[in-house]
Amino acid sequence: MVKFFAKRFGVLLFTMLAVSFILFVTFEFSPGDQAKSALGQYATKEELDLYRVRNGLERPFLSRYLEWLGVGPNYSGEFSGLLQGNLGFSHRWRAPVNTFIWDRLFNTTILAFIAFAIIAPFSIVFGVLAGMREGSVLDRTISVFSSITTSTPEFATGVILMTIFASGTFLPVLLPGTSTLEGGGDWSVASQLMLPVATLTAYYLGYLVRMVRASMVEVMTRPYVRTAVLKGLSFPDVVVKHALRNALITPFTAILLQLNFLFTSVVVTEAVFAFPGFGRMIVDAALYHDVATVQAGTLFAVFVVVTSQIVGDFTYMLLNPRIRFT
Amino acid sequence: MTVSTIPSSATPRRSAAPGWLRSIMLLRESPLGIIGAFLVAFWIVVAIGAPWLSSYDPDDNDFDAGIIAPPSAEHWLGTDDQARDLLSRVIWGSRVVLTISPLATLCAYIVGCFMGLLAGYYRGWVDMVMMQICNVVLSFPVLVLYVIIMMKFGPSPLNIVIAVTFVASPQVARLVRSQTLELREREYVAAAKMRGEPAWYIMLVEILPNARGPLIVDSCLRMGYTAITIGILGFLGMGLRPPTADWGGMINATYGYVMGGQVLMALAPAIALSSLVVGLSLLADGLREISMRD
Repeated sequence: MVKFFAKRFGVLLFTMLAVSFILFVTFEFSPGDQAKSALGQYATKEELDLYRVRNGLERPFLSRYLEWLGVGPNYSGEFSGLLQGNLGFSHRWRAPVNTFIWDRLFNTTILAFIAFAIIAPFSIVFGVLAGMREGSVLDRTISVFSSITTSTPEFATGVILMTIFASGTFLPVLLPGTSTLEGGGDWSVASQLMLPVATLTAYYLGYLVRMVRASMVEVMTRPYVRTAVLKGLSFPDVVVKHALRNALITPFTAILLQLNFLFTSVVVTEAVFAFPGFGRMIVDAALYHDVATVQAGTLFAVFVVVTSQIVGDFTYMLLNPRIRFT
Repeated sequence: MTVSTIPSSATPRRSAAPGWLRSIMLLRESPLGIIGAFLVAFWIVVAIGAPWLSSYDPDDNDFDAGIIAPPSAEHWLGTDDQARDLLSRVIWGSRVVLTISPLATLCAYIVGCFMGLLAGYYRGWVDMVMMQICNVVLSFPVLVLYVIIMMKFGPSPLNIVIAVTFVASPQVARLVRSQTLELREREYVAAAKMRGEPAWYIMLVEILPNARGPLIVDSCLRMGYTAITIGILGFLGMGLRPPTADWGGMINATYGYVMGGQVLMALAPAIALSSLVVGLSLLADGLREISMRD
């Protein structure tokens, strides 16, 4: 087991290094120049040159990468990079990345956590109800409905929900259409969270219901379930005590492998509702050529994604004793 | 009756209808698949017939009607914030999605099949290198990748295709690889090796066509994802440049009006895009259901 974790964390480190290097290279050869986007388009050539010298931008690419990592010395000969906990300076927000990234992370975590707390139990209930009798009317209804909600892009869901609840066209205005998390307005923070959470839920509930259903359908055809039925157990007992445990293994790990795509939904949802979150921060920063913020944000996202994959694989092996640690 | 007239018994007689038509006929067993096929067919017809179906140029401003005009006999869905006919823009927008997303899916498939076939067929270090590349791309937050690619190369249809290919091909490669790993052990592959066929022949002629079932289902879904991706790029303001009638871009330009009660401008493209993607995924569900049945 130690070998398993050592190997997987080795891959994690490699992936993070590779990702950060690719990002560095990409920004290096992008047409938008870091100095230009920091000083604005009216900066003179002298100002630009001064900025580059002051920030050590004229030095070779590799030494700047090592400096950022904290392995190489910076312009004034100190080691101050990622390894030392310095995430760099964001010229989009004109502040060290450390000062605002944690707030953003916190906001997004809350959003994702509430959504997840709703999605997890409901997806199991609906998925099991649909999958326990394949082809029944209930199955058909739930399948079609989940197919539709999960095929609707998040921004379309957002616009539709806004139309219904926040525009006053069909119903009186019940909820705010933006979620800036700033108190003091007419809307409480809780009411601001409603529509973003609903948007995320609509998308992921459908996705997970389909997965639980497929897994349930497969388990229900196994011989041991037939045995349970034939020895006279009631149908609810068969479903809950026998089928459910095995049916949840696949969806449970699958959701951990899907965090990467969850990230995209979160960004889009945050953009629709002007939510001050982590995902929108990265996209904003990327549009501004703010290398430091994009690097820090992306690395964090990669860390979460890969770690969740490791946890997913690990729990899969715990839950399914037929698979050994390799 | 001589022996020479009956070798056809060795190869089953083909029915008169061509293969693709028969596959479509199979769909009638799945009502959901039919609904999906209809939705997709509807948008294909709209996209092809755009010049005849729309009564206005999608980029023309009709200031006589005014901006954000409510639906009327002249403008069935009203006009948008720049006094352009909304219905015409939605109709022309279908062309953008329905050209870029199949093209991008096709490119992702070409690259993905290439990587997946090599990895699954040769295994060993080729497999390891290919899969490690895929893992790096897949653990990247895809959206950041899109943003960077669009920023680096600028928004154009070609660059959207490149970006989608880059992100989607590792996923295709994994699917093709798992299929190849299974199919390479079949007798017909052994037979082809015995005949001394070159590796590329075995991969492209023996293995790939036999993996088509799951690939067709996946390509339907993927086309839907690509349509969503194009929408997301447009929505985040990184899609095709205005005034191109692109559904995501249209929503981006007008969703701010929703809270003021002027909902149609954002709602119409949102529903259009959703119905197309729902159609594609229902079609994929239907196809999967049919392929499981045999």
